[in-house]
Amino acid sequence: MNSIRLRSFSHFFLALFLTLAAVGNSSAQDVGAAPAVSKEGVTPGSSNAGNASAAAAPAAAATPGAGGGDAAAIAAGDALFKGNCAQCHAVNDVVVGPALAGITKRRPVSWLIPWIKNSSKVVASGDEYAVKLFNQYQKQQMPSFQLSDQEITSILAWVTSQEGGAKAATGGGAGTDKADPATDTKLGADAGGAGQYADVLLIVLVVVLIVLVVTLVIIANIMKDVLRGRKDLDGRDVEILEQRFDWSKLYKSSAIRIGAGVVFTLVILYESVQGAMGVGLTQGYQPTQPIAFSHKLHAGENQINCAYCHTSVYKSKSANIPSANICMNCHSQIKTESQEIKKIYRAIERKQPIQWVRIHNLPDLAYFNHSQHTQVGGIECQTCHGPIQNMEVVYQYSPLTMGWCINCHRETPLNTKGNGYYNNLVKLHDQANGAAPFTVSSNGGTECSKCHY
Amino acid sequence: MQDSPKYWKGIEELENSPEFTKNAFSEFGDFLPMKEAHGSSDATVAPRRDFLKLMGFGIAAATLASCETPIRKAIPYLNKPEEVDPGIANFYASTYFNGSDYNSILVKTREGRPIKLEGNPESPITRGGLSARAQAAVLNLYDKGRLQHFTIKGNKADKDKVDQEIRTKLAGATGRIAIVSPTIISPSTKKVIAEFAARYPNTEHVMYDANSQSALLRANGGVLPAYDFSKADVIVGLGADFLGTWISPVEFAAQYVTNRKVSSEKKSMSRHYQFETMLTLTGSNADVRVPVKPSEMGATTLALYNEVIGGGSAGSSKEIKKVASDLKAARGRSLVVSGSNDVAIQTLVAAINQSLGNVGTSVDLTTPSLVRQGDDARLLRLVNDMNAGSVGAVIFYNANPAYDHPLAEKVKSGIAKVPVSISLNDRLDETGALCYYACPDHNFLESWNDFEPKRGYLSLSQPAISPLFATRQAQDSLLIWSGNTKSYYNYLRDSWRGVLAGDFQKAWDKAVHDGVATGTLAPATQPQLAPTMSVDQAVSAVTASPKVTGVELCLYEKVGIGAGGCEANNPWLQELPDPVTKATWGNYVAVPRDMAVTNKWEQNDVLKVSVNGAKPIELPVLIQPGQAKGSVSIAIGYGREKAGRVGDSVGANVYPLAVVRDNSLVYSNVVQLEKTGATSPIAQTQTHHTIMDRKSVVQEATLAQYIKNPKEVTEYETISTPDGPQKPNKVSLWQDYEYKNHHWGMSIDLNSCIGCGSCVIGCQVENNVAVVGKQEVINRREMHWLRIDRYYSSDAHKEDFEEKGKLATYEAMEHPSENPSVIFQPMMCQHCNHAPCETVCPVLATTHSSEGLNQMTYNRCVGTRYCANNCPYKVRRFNWFSYYSNEKFEDVNSHMFTDLGRMVLNPDVTVRARGVMEKCSFCVQRIQLAKLEAKKEKRRPKDGEVVTACAQSCPTQAITFGDLRDPETRVAQIWRREDGERAFKVIDSINTQPNITYLTKIRNRDKSEFNA
Repeated sequence: MNSIRLRSFSHFFLALFLTLAAVGNSSAQDVGAAPAVSKEGVTPGSSNAGNASAAAAPAAAATPGAGGGDAAAIAAGDALFKGNCAQCHAVNDVVVGPALAGITKRRPVSWLIPWIKNSSKVVASGDEYAVKLFNQYQKQQMPSFQLSDQEITSILAWVTSQEGGAKAATGGGAGTDKADPATDTKLGADAGGAGQYADVLLIVLVVVLIVLVVTLVIIANIMKDVLRGRKDLDGRDVEILEQRFDWSKLYKSSAIRIGAGVVFTLVILYESVQGAMGVGLTQGYQPTQPIAFSHKLHAGENQINCAYCHTSVYKSKSANIPSANICMNCHSQIKTESQEIKKIYRAIERKQPIQWVRIHNLPDLAYFNHSQHTQVGGIECQTCHGPIQNMEVVYQYSPLTMGWCINCHRETPLNTKGNGYYNNLVKLHDQANGAAPFTVSSNGGTECSKCHY
Repeated sequence: MQDSPKYWKGIEELENSPEFTKNAFSEFGDFLPMKEAHGSSDATVAPRRDFLKLMGFGIAAATLASCETPIRKAIPYLNKPEEVDPGIANFYASTYFNGSDYNSILVKTREGRPIKLEGNPESPITRGGLSARAQAAVLNLYDKGRLQHFTIKGNKADKDKVDQEIRTKLAGATGRIAIVSPTIISPSTKKVIAEFAARYPNTEHVMYDANSQSALLRANGGVLPAYDFSKADVIVGLGADFLGTWISPVEFAAQYVTNRKVSSEKKSMSRHYQFETMLTLTGSNADVRVPVKPSEMGATTLALYNEVIGGGSAGSSKEIKKVASDLKAARGRSLVVSGSNDVAIQTLVAAINQSLGNVGTSVDLTTPSLVRQGDDARLLRLVNDMNAGSVGAVIFYNANPAYDHPLAEKVKSGIAKVPVSISLNDRLDETGALCYYACPDHNFLESWNDFEPKRGYLSLSQPAISPLFATRQAQDSLLIWSGNTKSYYNYLRDSWRGVLAGDFQKAWDKAVHDGVATGTLAPATQPQLAPTMSVDQAVSAVTASPKVTGVELCLYEKVGIGAGGCEANNPWLQELPDPVTKATWGNYVAVPRDMAVTNKWEQNDVLKVSVNGAKPIELPVLIQPGQAKGSVSIAIGYGREKAGRVGDSVGANVYPLAVVRDNSLVYSNVVQLEKTGATSPIAQTQTHHTIMDRKSVVQEATLAQYIKNPKEVTEYETISTPDGPQKPNKVSLWQDYEYKNHHWGMSIDLNSCIGCGSCVIGCQVENNVAVVGKQEVINRREMHWLRIDRYYSSDAHKEDFEEKGKLATYEAMEHPSENPSVIFQPMMCQHCNHAPCETVCPVLATTHSSEGLNQMTYNRCVGTRYCANNCPYKVRRFNWFSYYSNEKFEDVNSHMFTDLGRMVLNPDVTVRARGVMEKCSFCVQRIQLAKLEAKKEKRRPKDGEVVTACAQSCPTQAITFGDLRDPETRVAQIWRREDGERAFKVIDSINTQPNITYLTKIRNRDKSEFNA
């Protein structure tokens, strides 16, 4: 009998333990994800702006050191670079065109301006350097850009400033490779540290509690056995000793029954409300795509800027799905034997566009504009799309519900820096509200007709 | 005591008919006829079957909702064109000319499909304005009624086979070959036709206009004078609807209004007299309008001629004397135009302009207009020849004489006698269906072409989309048949060589980019067949014209439907309310009130209209104030039989009622009218959405008053308070909003608004506004976000009190005027700062934005309709049906039903579902876009970047939109400058504080109206 009772107790404890473990696990997962994101942010040599805010931070910090032009020109250059050049160039990496670090030292600005405006003209003029460059990069022509001289100078200023930042980063990390991961974990600990500590403490407490209860039960059983061995017990003592918990009374108690009924109803109600709220929610939706394209490989390992393929993400409402000719920029040369890439060749040959499965489906009644968030708001792709650089197959990271949108608009401060549109608004806001942050919603960003029309 | 003019929306209101009073005070018409299908006698009991149906639907819906979300595909380009970015609109300069009004346009395309046409501000002719017809033309591209392939005898045929057969047959044709077309202003097309004529030497090109201006051409030696209304201080119109339909209305409207805008700096405006039968758009805008029967037009013109040139005659009326003295006082700064197709009248008008010294100023004969070149005599001769069997082949190029010609029956019998008949029309219309071959032309948005609307002014059209169907551009067809292998694009380019100065490629690119260029390519015009007339001959011809007895019929063109080309199958235009009658979907017999009273006709009674020798037609009566006594008017362009699903059998065809006299078409006749006893309701919109009170809704004053004191032309209402009369905004229950960022506002100048309806269509296209069809308009459920209210005001004058006595004057005011003044007022959501709608919405679906907008959130709306009930301006529209999926609307709203039609929808604007309220949003999608562009460039938006669809489409720039927070914007300047002078808010007394301000209309009239 006792052993049975003990077993039921142990079952209960096992269940308790498992539950706690599960909770602990899920929070541990969150904790695990946090450093992963921030780690990506400071990947060495990541100069592409599409990646993470951490990349922008050292760049900004390094600006005075680089001493390349005034801040406004660099800021303008940043936007222009993203809009025009980032598809093919990175500062420190060869993407389609050459890496741009040190470009102003390699060629004079007076050569660069005509080159950027119309490279084929320079090549045609027989310029030695230009012809060499042209041949070196598979005779792929750089398109002409309708940029003013001033715009080109600001792009160059931005490139110079970036190159300074990158150097500082690589220079610092060259000797001490371990320094980087160290700062990473520290960053991670900073981010999720408090939560992790509480979890560990909780687990320890639970374990101690379980050990304590088990010990107590064992002691109680031993004591009972000892008592049973004694003959000098009177009737009342025997009664106490042989006392058993009457489960049927518990079962028959109306109070318990009502309580259980109420709890049951509440749980069902809660679950159905939750279920109803979740109708149409597709968070985590991860369909199989016709081509096994890996963002982990392209965006993560190969560090290709998001805007290289999603060309209109900084200028349009839609961050377009790349057309097959963009794939061909690289895959006309690279991995031509892959079965997956052959699917693209086939699509082009048969003139049948690739039918990707759409993952992020906003309802038609909601208007969303990518460029408002990326170009103007300065939001990173990962903020909404999650750790896309780790996704082998893309899934929907955010719930994309109105509550989620509104919440972000309430909490996110406006990216007003250096934007002439907001100058007066910031002044007015500061006068009226002092220290309160100037969030999107305080500028009317939660009004209906911002998204519904 | 009433001290302002009495305004009335229609006869119903003035007479207080039971129908009107019933509807005037209810926001919504009858409720939905739920039981119509069952024919149940007891409408209050829901039948058991309904209950079961609802149950079934409920279960099905619940099951559906729990299903998986459907898989959606994202399909990118294979090879993305460099200039196309999904989500960003591209604009291409092009030209719209459909044998009627010429418009230089910008085609807005999204993801490669044209979704809207806008005015091209580069054009020196249309100056960024656009007519309602041109606005709506984008829908014609996606018209399912277009013929989608080549046919032989109506059966699908292979292009090459058709070409081969046609070439063989043309080569072997005996007799003449005729190409019949409306006016062609494309020099390169004419060159193509000339090349065709060179290959087949017997070819004749016959141009005719469905609403002919042959007489005007004849009277001016074969050219159409170019008019400049901005250079005229005195304008006299003799039956010419130059603001609505005559020759080049967009161009004329812009000119006309430049000399009509007033401000405290410029207190002068032109004076406009109009003599006409039907109350037209132009007559509605005139300062003085005189109703004249068609038969009296000649005598009126002659009297004017005598007064201006001769010594005058005793018989002239006082109006004519006044007009003549005004004209003589403004020598060289005046203009007389006539819409008559009688060469004698046009000869006299030309002589009047000549003698007034207007030639060289307001009348330009050196750079003539080319938009009307039709010669009635040529077509008449061709019709006779066809019937005589001497025509070997006939090619109809966008011409439909089997419908739009008085001799349509003879045209039909003639085509049957021609061995080879070819139609290049875009559909198998009345003429096309009779032809043996049909080789459909591209839509103009799929074609290259050039235009020369006025000598020296060129423009181009370029394809904005690949051809949707297996059609071929007509010019290419003609080139192929004449053995030229060159494509029309290359042909066009080559013919432009030598016209453009400098490097050709560069100049060509610029011309394509701008859409317009200068230079001339126009070949010499064809000589007119009929001889010109001397002034003396004209005088004697007018004098000799016989007296007409009986009821006279005047045929006129409507602003929306025009002469009935492809506009007939365009539901937007069918539902565009006529500017004056406010009738949609069909034509009617407009009769003067006294004729209706005498004959005991009532509105909607069907009349049989018969002319000797023609088949009678039946149309309902519309009592039209201003219609000349003893005459009736009916619009042409209706009663199509083969236009398509939308346009077929809407109204009746009245072309057969016109007559052919002396080799020219006369658009008037003597008719017999007879009541049939049937009734047929006319879908009029004017008395719908009646505003609570007319006082302080529209305001007007005379120029004399304005010059005297601009501060007294507008009446400002005050409210009584303990401190005496105060401005309404002194007392308020509401808190005021503070606008930190933007404050969007609008001003509408009633002096510049001519009521043309371009903004109505512009708004409809931009905002995906549904078409509801005739029955729903009758049920008072039209969906237009922007309407143009037309008010008639009594013609009683203050002076009448002295002249006629008080009692008689008051009694006169009780009767509707025979010739009322008209005032137009565009009315849309006023975006009130103290909006009555916002406070009553139980679910906060309509709220106020921090930029002054009254926001309507469709997905939150549950359709209580409280807001519409509480709106004093009646600008909210309720979606009674799913106009995009209910098969009842498939015919009229077809563009929301098929994938082809849906291509025209604006992807940035939601298509509203059933059961929600909708209204003008101040084009918030455009505001948001312009703000975003400014933010991307890190600056504030500039004035003119944020512009609503209505403001943009206005040919007269009556509507100005912008940011009131920025003191430099035009709208802020107007609000400041006109404050206390002409600016007024509609129904100011209820202190809704609208963000739209109207500017009082000023009339250049001698007698002062009832006005303080």
